[in-house]
Amino acid sequence: MRIIDHPILEFNKGRPVRFTFEGRELVGHEGEPIAAALHAAGVRVLRVSPRLHRPRGFFCAIGNCSSCLMVVDGTPNVRVCAEPLHEGMRVERQEGHGEIR
Amino acid sequence: MNSVEIAVVGAGPAGLSAALAAARQGATVALIERDERLGGQLIKQTHKFFGSGRQEAGTRGFVIARRLAAAVEEEPGIEVRLASTVLGYYSDKVLYLETPDGLSRLRAERTIMATGAAERMLPFAGNDRPGVYGAGAVQTLMNVHGVRPGKRVLMVGAGNIGLIVSYQLLQARVEVAAVVEAAPFIGGYLVHAAKIRRAGVPILTGHSVKEAVGEREVQGAVVWRLDEKWHPLPGTEEPVDCDVICLATGLTPLSELMWQAGCKMVYLPELGGHVAWHDEDMRTTVEDVYVAGDSSGVEEASAAMVGGRLAGLCAAASLGHDRGVADKKAAAREELAALRAGPTGERIRTGLAGLRKAGGLG
Repeated sequence: MRIIDHPILEFNKGRPVRFTFEGRELVGHEGEPIAAALHAAGVRVLRVSPRLHRPRGFFCAIGNCSSCLMVVDGTPNVRVCAEPLHEGMRVERQEGHGEIR
Repeated sequence: MNSVEIAVVGAGPAGLSAALAAARQGATVALIERDERLGGQLIKQTHKFFGSGRQEAGTRGFVIARRLAAAVEEEPGIEVRLASTVLGYYSDKVLYLETPDGLSRLRAERTIMATGAAERMLPFAGNDRPGVYGAGAVQTLMNVHGVRPGKRVLMVGAGNIGLIVSYQLLQARVEVAAVVEAAPFIGGYLVHAAKIRRAGVPILTGHSVKEAVGEREVQGAVVWRLDEKWHPLPGTEEPVDCDVICLATGLTPLSELMWQAGCKMVYLPELGGHVAWHDEDMRTTVEDVYVAGDSSGVEEASAAMVGGRLAGLCAAASLGHDRGVADKKAAAREELAALRAGPTGERIRTGLAGLRKAGGLG
């Protein structure tokens, strides 16, 4: 899914970092949005809606729409389209409103 | 509490231009941006701009963003605050900010709101499924972060955004199944349409999306024909093989901050929805608040840059920094008129006429 050679653009990515999604280890680039790293790994379902339990994913990419809220390092309602990825992050799908622990 | 002469909210093309114009007049400026970087949506525009040389015609959008950001960073009168969100504007001219260091307050004699716009949603079954993305999000994923949105995309909307993003998808070696457009004609520039037609992508006018197909994620779509009243024609359904449905059905101003500040709002469909009423100087009905860019009426980046410059000049002049302002304002107004001339500017001209008619303090 990652673009290696683009006719116009060059992508200066951060160093590769490991993180987990639902306990599974994945690799992304430091500083890119968590959603971009998940998308590159083929993960599109990011949360489940509170009332009708419908799968939701990436949508606006500007931290505006709440479609991509996930649990990151135990904190719910993180907008992963705008939240930078760091080494060792624990990312989980969010069910409904999430639980504040 | 710290204070500044002019606060600019949003560092896209309008905000960057507003901050530069105000600082060059001699005002002290705080430029507040919720993202981690300057440039707004301009950083992902790979196409070359139209307009005149004055608005950097022939230059790719992301290069313009880089130049504006560099100019802002070199300008001593501008203090940049990244990863900071303005939560509210209060009548004692205080802005509340959420910053990486927690909540803070900022007093600003004038505030220029340049908050941009967001994608409109389109109603169809399954439009909340993962794989239905706004065109802006597809651009961000692909052109900023280098990740393909999918293998095969159905583009909805043949305005400039739909056409340009389709071409950008092809450049990133993503297939475009088709572009569907509800109107009976292509809304964007034909030069953009021709590029994707030459690549073999069908543009289906008078068509729309009936539904997204797929149990959990988008695994396809169904499109159907519309009559001249935009009503769907049952029996004309056709399946489309795709894993992404990309919405390029227009933008709507992000005007929450103007509502909250108490600006008089006017609903003008030609400008994308509700916009803060503003006069020729981009000033709203809240005396110290100015607007610029897509949040003052959805147009395009060249107009956003000129409108931002105008707002920055006027806000600075209202605080006494008025050196040569009359000529600079006249030049900006002329540029805006030129950008809005001709048949493509008709929608904007209609919208602005509606704005004038609405009256400011009525």
